[in-house]
Amino acid sequence: MKINISHIAKLANLSLLPEEKSKLEKQLEETIDYVKELNQVDTKDIEPTSQVTGLENITREDTAKPSLSQDEALANAKSKHNGFFKVNAIFKENE
Amino acid sequence: MNKLTITKAKTGLKNKDFSAVGLTKACLDEIKKTEPKLNAFVTITENEALEQARNADKILNNSTIEQLNNYPLLGIPIALKDNFSTKGIRTTASSKLLEEYIPPYDATVVKKLKDAGAIILGKTNMDAWAHGSSTETSDYGATKNPWNTNHLPGGSSGGSAASVAANQCIAAIGSETAGSIRQPASWCGVIGLKPTYGRVSRYGVIAMGSSLDSPGPITKTVEDSALILEVLAGVDEKDATTSPKEVSQYSKNLNKDVKGLKIGISNDYFIKGIDKEVEESIKTAIKKFESLGAKIEDIKLFDPKYAIDVYTIIQRSEVSSNLARYDGIRYGKDRDSFEEEAKRRIMFGTYALSSGYYDQYYNKAQQVRTVIIKDFEKAFEKVDIIIAPTSPSLALPVGATKDASMFGEIADVLVEPSSIAGLSGINIPIGFSKSGLPIGMQIIGPQFSEQLVLSSAHQYEINTQNENWKKLEPKL
Repeated sequence: MKINISHIAKLANLSLLPEEKSKLEKQLEETIDYVKELNQVDTKDIEPTSQVTGLENITREDTAKPSLSQDEALANAKSKHNGFFKVNAIFKENE
Repeated sequence: MNKLTITKAKTGLKNKDFSAVGLTKACLDEIKKTEPKLNAFVTITENEALEQARNADKILNNSTIEQLNNYPLLGIPIALKDNFSTKGIRTTASSKLLEEYIPPYDATVVKKLKDAGAIILGKTNMDAWAHGSSTETSDYGATKNPWNTNHLPGGSSGGSAASVAANQCIAAIGSETAGSIRQPASWCGVIGLKPTYGRVSRYGVIAMGSSLDSPGPITKTVEDSALILEVLAGVDEKDATTSPKEVSQYSKNLNKDVKGLKIGISNDYFIKGIDKEVEESIKTAIKKFESLGAKIEDIKLFDPKYAIDVYTIIQRSEVSSNLARYDGIRYGKDRDSFEEEAKRRIMFGTYALSSGYYDQYYNKAQQVRTVIIKDFEKAFEKVDIIIAPTSPSLALPVGATKDASMFGEIADVLVEPSSIAGLSGINIPIGFSKSGLPIGMQIIGPQFSEQLVLSSAHQYEINTQNENWKKLEPKL
């Protein structure tokens, strides 16, 4: 099976070196081949299980409680400005 | 002193045979002595541990017996896997990406340990992000097996298991997604309990496979395991998957004998290629249970090989989603800091979840997950617990994971089905190979059957306590 490794890397937001790409491509194909044996299991009319707890709709009151201070929340950020996270610009300015 | 169990250390502290500071220093000395050979820790928190020990001694000296009951782990030095967030102490999950990350809060497990009076010696090594079953994929170097340092300790909680086996600590905490407590416990010859999914809070644990992750104790005895579970278990409003079911006094109900207990044995778990000494030891252990009055029944279980596929797909998909948060903005370095194993898992998970493939992989795996759950439900209509080898092999040599792109998933074939079904299970050591490596047996029970799993393991343990191999100690 052929996979588009550059497309997957883009979706995963990983920048891969050419040699990483070829190695990962080979390994991904191996893993995909390996897990294909699941097709031997008949799953017609079987519901998927996404969680095993049996709990449903666990909610709590939406009330404000003491939590991290702004300083604590920012303590591990490399780049900050006036008490905010500073990130690269997402939008381009119209010239 | 560092060789003591929790039970014995508690007695010694209460009788003033030694102090919490003395006990903590004994552990720290052993850590200093053996770390050059083992590399079980990523971070050792000597100053904080001694401070906590001084506080513990104050409480010990100024409290009534009733007051001391509020601190079930008072003065007990514990090693924590490095994926539990610790306020003010760096938490790396053995990744370079989180090398400098200092959490501003404690995981619920950590808070409960501290509230119980436990002393935290440091953060133990693991496969980076818990992606593995060897502790060889740590970005801080592999941990070595204390019984033979040319061998691996298993993983991903390999640092915690090795640390307990080497008596660097009185007990340790690990986490299991599928095998990461039981398998290293097996390879290192210690007790490892994987609680039912939802029994212990995941809040503050660096997430791996969120529908599977289960924190639990790694200890020297089953009683110690029960003592820690009593502290850790319970509902947590910060983790909506935790169960409101009542927490038993596990350690007080271990003396239930196994007469009439129905134990299921499945040939499907003695897989092709299983180590012969492992197979023989398990069969001997089963006979022991039989001699204690348990009824052994042959059962048919769904072939565990399919659990490898289900687990690989579910876990890697959830990994790709969980690790998407690491963008270098709020904390940690940027995504270029992921090493090979993390990239491999993120890439596969991203592929499996990508447009057009979801039904083929993730949904199919979740359907087979239902098949596995139903299969166990059927088995537990006939038997109370299931016994099987924990790992099909002995501890493998250092270097075994090189270029094995699915090493962890394949090594954990015998623990994956019960993890996928969210069941409870325990590894208990049952002997050694001729080469001097530990052999482990797992006991699997239904969801929330920790009491039965623990009492069965305890009965085996106390009825084999005079066996010669019990006297062995790692030589480091």
